[in-house]
Amino acid sequence: MTLAAVLLLGAFHGLNPAMGWLFAVARGLQERSIDRLLQSIPMIALGHLASVALVALVVAATGSVVTGTVLAVGGGVVLVAFGLWRLLSKRHFRWVGMRLSLWQLTCWSFLMSSAHGAGLMLIPVFTGLRTEGHPGHAVSGGLGVALYHTLAMFAVAGTVAVVVYKVAGLTVLRRAWVNVDRMWAVALVAAGAVTLVSAV
Amino acid sequence: MTFWTPDPTFYPSPRDAASAPEEKLAYVAAFDRAAARPDALAVIDTDPSSPAYGTVVGWTDLPGTGDELHHFGWNACSSALCPNAPHPHVERRYLVVPGLRSSRIHIYDTKDRLSPELVKVVDAEELARRAGYSRPHTVHCGPEGLYVSALGGADGRDGPGGIAVLDHTSFEVVGQWELDRGPQYLAYDFWWHINQDVMITSEWGTPSMVEDGVVGELLLGRKYGHKLHFWDLRKRTHLQEADLGDAHQMPLELRPAHDPTRLYGFVGVVTSVEDLSASVWVWFHEDGRWQVRKVISIPAEPADPDLLPPVLKPFGAVPPLVTDIALSVDDTRLYVSCWGTGELKQYDVSDPYQPVELGSLRVGGIVRRAPHPAEPSLPLAGGPQMVEVSRDGRRVYLTNSLYGSWDDQFYPDGVGAWMAKIDAESFTFDTRFFPHGDAFRGLRPHQVRLQGGDASSDSYCFP
Repeated sequence: MTLAAVLLLGAFHGLNPAMGWLFAVARGLQERSIDRLLQSIPMIALGHLASVALVALVVAATGSVVTGTVLAVGGGVVLVAFGLWRLLSKRHFRWVGMRLSLWQLTCWSFLMSSAHGAGLMLIPVFTGLRTEGHPGHAVSGGLGVALYHTLAMFAVAGTVAVVVYKVAGLTVLRRAWVNVDRMWAVALVAAGAVTLVSAV
Repeated sequence: MTFWTPDPTFYPSPRDAASAPEEKLAYVAAFDRAAARPDALAVIDTDPSSPAYGTVVGWTDLPGTGDELHHFGWNACSSALCPNAPHPHVERRYLVVPGLRSSRIHIYDTKDRLSPELVKVVDAEELARRAGYSRPHTVHCGPEGLYVSALGGADGRDGPGGIAVLDHTSFEVVGQWELDRGPQYLAYDFWWHINQDVMITSEWGTPSMVEDGVVGELLLGRKYGHKLHFWDLRKRTHLQEADLGDAHQMPLELRPAHDPTRLYGFVGVVTSVEDLSASVWVWFHEDGRWQVRKVISIPAEPADPDLLPPVLKPFGAVPPLVTDIALSVDDTRLYVSCWGTGELKQYDVSDPYQPVELGSLRVGGIVRRAPHPAEPSLPLAGGPQMVEVSRDGRRVYLTNSLYGSWDDQFYPDGVGAWMAKIDAESFTFDTRFFPHGDAFRGLRPHQVRLQGGDASSDSYCFP
């Protein structure tokens, strides 16, 4: 059940054009080279992994000094607050520059995923790990969750990028690019609320 | 306001944009030379099936006087789809309208209304304090915000001119764009090769060099701009300048290829001090540096000095004065305005290094005064000046005023006011579309912006 949720969230991130596959397609189109696209996807996934793993580590570290309830409440509050901010703020991720090296692309992906709150959604899973076992388990389990999540993201983003590049074309963006950011913000608030309710 | 799906006027690529629906409205900046009445945004019906086709159907006076509207732009455009910082669910809704003389920047809401409605004024003081600039000119929506070029400095300084960045939701001035301007001092237009992180800027003159008219000594002394500047868009630093040679005075409008994989663009040069010819140059990147090459040269036309305004009498010729150019979204057609001789030229620029002239239309002109076919008995002053092309490349719009004090020098008996529309394929005037004279209520029309975007409003990150 938990693993399915982790994978689904990863797939959801993979599907979101803002999280990287669109950048990979643009890089491929710019050089008319699918190799460039294929090189980009793993680097984007790496940045995503770093962002999610960072949250896992922060949760594990916090969990080693506070009780499970405090951790869950704290995590829930963070989620609700961040979700509300994402929902109400008009600000969007800003980044100038299209010509990036592969490592810069990883940094971009890390920042984009972090600004998006990609790892935060997994807080309920991470806090659950803490309450089930000892701190060491929380660290390795958290990183495992981040890895599974990113693999799902990687598979979906890679598939979408190749299909768009080879077959579908970008015109589809004009209709199919739904405002997932807004859905995501609502989901963050909901996940935070659930975490809070189940903690108290 | 955020949408659930992208704003329908955003297109990923220039190819997609070419399939955009026809514009139903055109927004035209119009100004009062006397600065006694407010300038205005005039809205023209461009829908051929509408009973009001070719007439002014909306009108909004500015709140103050003396703005001298010139160029303007949209709050958002297709660059919102760029994958590095996408925000596709914003709306193309607000016109950002600088007063070139007043240094005020006006924000107008165009949604669900014919006559735009004022929502905000950024005053000259804010632009000066936050960005160190005055005389705002070109507006482009781009990464990180709205970019606005400015001719002059602030606090009494004549220069350098440069670029200010505005927040694209609050429209507040964020600050000066340049971190290192290198040798750049003069400013005018700018645009970019967005996928290459390259900005290009052109040169006109500082406020003291232009506001009271063209200064003969400065022109003959070759003191107006004659260079292009290339910048790192990401690092905000000057990379290189490309000098056209100081005989080529005033490289103004910049039209980079819309295809983001191509690294070239066109710039029009007003005049050569050697023979009064005008020219169009192409810039390109080769051998690791930016280079420029003259690809079109348009000679001056000899004329009876008695028919010439004082500024031209000593020369006995009419200079073409290329003051604006427009490149179609598919990068195949270039339109060149010769404001002095009263001619619009159409070129095939499929090979940008070898433009082929396809056609020429005469209207207005310092000596010729050619009429519009809709009113063959009415001699016209002014000439083709601002030129704009629809996204599908099928329609071209013209207005006739250049800049208040310069209008008065070259057309001292009055520049008039008119707007024309041309069918690009047949390259003929649309005789049903000719707002002129009183249609503009005594104001002079300048830049045209088409509803939903046009050939100089959007940049694309996908080929």
